[in-house]
Amino acid sequence: MPGRLVTWGWIALLALGLAAPFVVYPVFAMNVLCLALFASAFNLLLGYTGLLSFGHAAFLGASAYTTGWALRSWGLPPELAVLLGTALAAALGLVFGALAIRRSGIYFAMITLGFAQLVYFLVVQLPWTGGEDGLQGIPRGRALGLFPLDDPRTAYWFVYAAFLGGFWLLHRAIHSPFGHVLRAIRENEPRAVSLGYDVARYKLLAFVLSAGVSGLAGGLKALVLQFASLSDVHWHRSGEVVLMTLLGGMGTVLGPSVGALLVVALENYLADTGSWVTVITGAVFVACVVAFRRGIVGEVRALVRRSFTGGKP
Amino acid sequence: MTQALFGQLFLGLINGSFYALLSLGLAVIFGLLDVVNFAHGAQYMMGAFAAWMALTYLGIPYGWALLLAPLAVGLVGMVVERTLLRRLQGLDPLYGLLLTFGLTLIAEGLFHHAYGNSGFAYPVPGWLRGGVNLGFMFLPLYRAWAVGLSLAVCLACWFVIERTKLGAYLRAGTENPRLLQAFGVNVPLMFTLTYGFGAALAAFAGVVAAPVYQVTPLMGSSVIMVVFAVVVIGGMGSIGGAIVTGLGVGLLEGLTRFWYPPASSVVVFVVMALVLLVRPAGLFGRER
Repeated sequence: MPGRLVTWGWIALLALGLAAPFVVYPVFAMNVLCLALFASAFNLLLGYTGLLSFGHAAFLGASAYTTGWALRSWGLPPELAVLLGTALAAALGLVFGALAIRRSGIYFAMITLGFAQLVYFLVVQLPWTGGEDGLQGIPRGRALGLFPLDDPRTAYWFVYAAFLGGFWLLHRAIHSPFGHVLRAIRENEPRAVSLGYDVARYKLLAFVLSAGVSGLAGGLKALVLQFASLSDVHWHRSGEVVLMTLLGGMGTVLGPSVGALLVVALENYLADTGSWVTVITGAVFVACVVAFRRGIVGEVRALVRRSFTGGKP
Repeated sequence: MTQALFGQLFLGLINGSFYALLSLGLAVIFGLLDVVNFAHGAQYMMGAFAAWMALTYLGIPYGWALLLAPLAVGLVGMVVERTLLRRLQGLDPLYGLLLTFGLTLIAEGLFHHAYGNSGFAYPVPGWLRGGVNLGFMFLPLYRAWAVGLSLAVCLACWFVIERTKLGAYLRAGTENPRLLQAFGVNVPLMFTLTYGFGAALAAFAGVVAAPVYQVTPLMGSSVIMVVFAVVVIGGMGSIGGAIVTGLGVGLLEGLTRFWYPPASSVVVFVVMALVLLVRPAGLFGRER
């Protein structure tokens, strides 16, 4: 594909993101951005390293609660509170990751799910997390002491800046030599080992990076939505991020964001129907796995490649 | 004091025998089909609901439910295998997990839509009411029955898999399905039947659990997480290992519930972390 077209495409997307709060409801847009960042971080593991974590809600949720607590009870400025949540999520990722990468494949998924349940039960029972109610009424404060985040559009641009930062970090990681090693591990782990790469270290680093950026997403989400709740640590959330990545296209840069936009829109649209959200989410899941494994962006990419190579694969 | 301790231990034993039944089914399905059946929890829940619905709408008693509910859920499982899981053969096993996860959401959502959040009590059948005073504890008859029946079914499964010709086919299919097919065994049919059998086993555990717990749409998902941890702790290598680990984890939860109740829901995951540190392949496992 011509490079210039790609550059213009990115510029158009950037502008679209910048203008979004004039077109759609800012809180909706912020929610999409946070979950898009979350799914992109998850994609680093599933799409580029071939590791299915079924417990990523733990990092999103732990950071959301930490950020919320730091804002509400310690009165920390928003950027510091979000960073604190991010750091905690990364530390949690280091511990869980170090244990989980001792097994591979399907066991990895079950182990991460188990650790996420551990975090869930801790959040349910710890005295300061508010139990079933969660943390409510988290103040937004002023970013860098200058920008009042109570203004929805200012808050949106703050989140957008943080999103771009996290997205850029992931993008750099994927296209660096480090990212190439990750893909080598995904394609053929024994070969990566025999080439002399310390595979466990690479996996752990990817896991920590993914957990940290998920934490950034969780912290931002608690900040702008002004609450942290049990749904952020629940296994439904872990499944939701898998769905976003799968639907948008795993192993593509933009796929998870597209998936996040669609899933959040779907959930908003169906919010009044109660349990049907779960049923339809499940049905989309099944459809994606059975018939649509490349996802939307993956399909589009395949289509574009085919048209540029004149029908030859 | 001792009353409470033995009470909790016995409840742990009941849970443990359910874990054993469920992890047994998971191990059999995974061994042959390479699918980690996330829907196992949903099938357990559907078993309990099938028993409750049969009693409430049709007046079918407990004894028949023990037979019919697993049969019904097993049939649904076979349809799922034939129409959906079959398409994923040869792909990364992660897709099987994701597919069954989606199915779980559908099943839970449908039951939640129809029956809401609140639970239903399934009455203990008349001939199993009452209990025995053992001196150190009061033993409700139904609970003794639940443990005994579950363990008997576990042992029967172990016997069939390890000691009969049918089990030999199953073990051969686990090792090398293509070679087995070359010998003239209908392997695709075996896949369907095995998945149906695993689902029926989960449903059976659900029926036995119905009078002990509330029948709710979400009863399966909390159990399946623990069963996954049991599988990680024990490893899916051996049938006996699955049974022993399941019982052990149940007892450990019971002990924890006695000493420090808030920790009882997390103790299994802590043990999982410890086992990963010490013996990553699981207590009875071999790395596949």
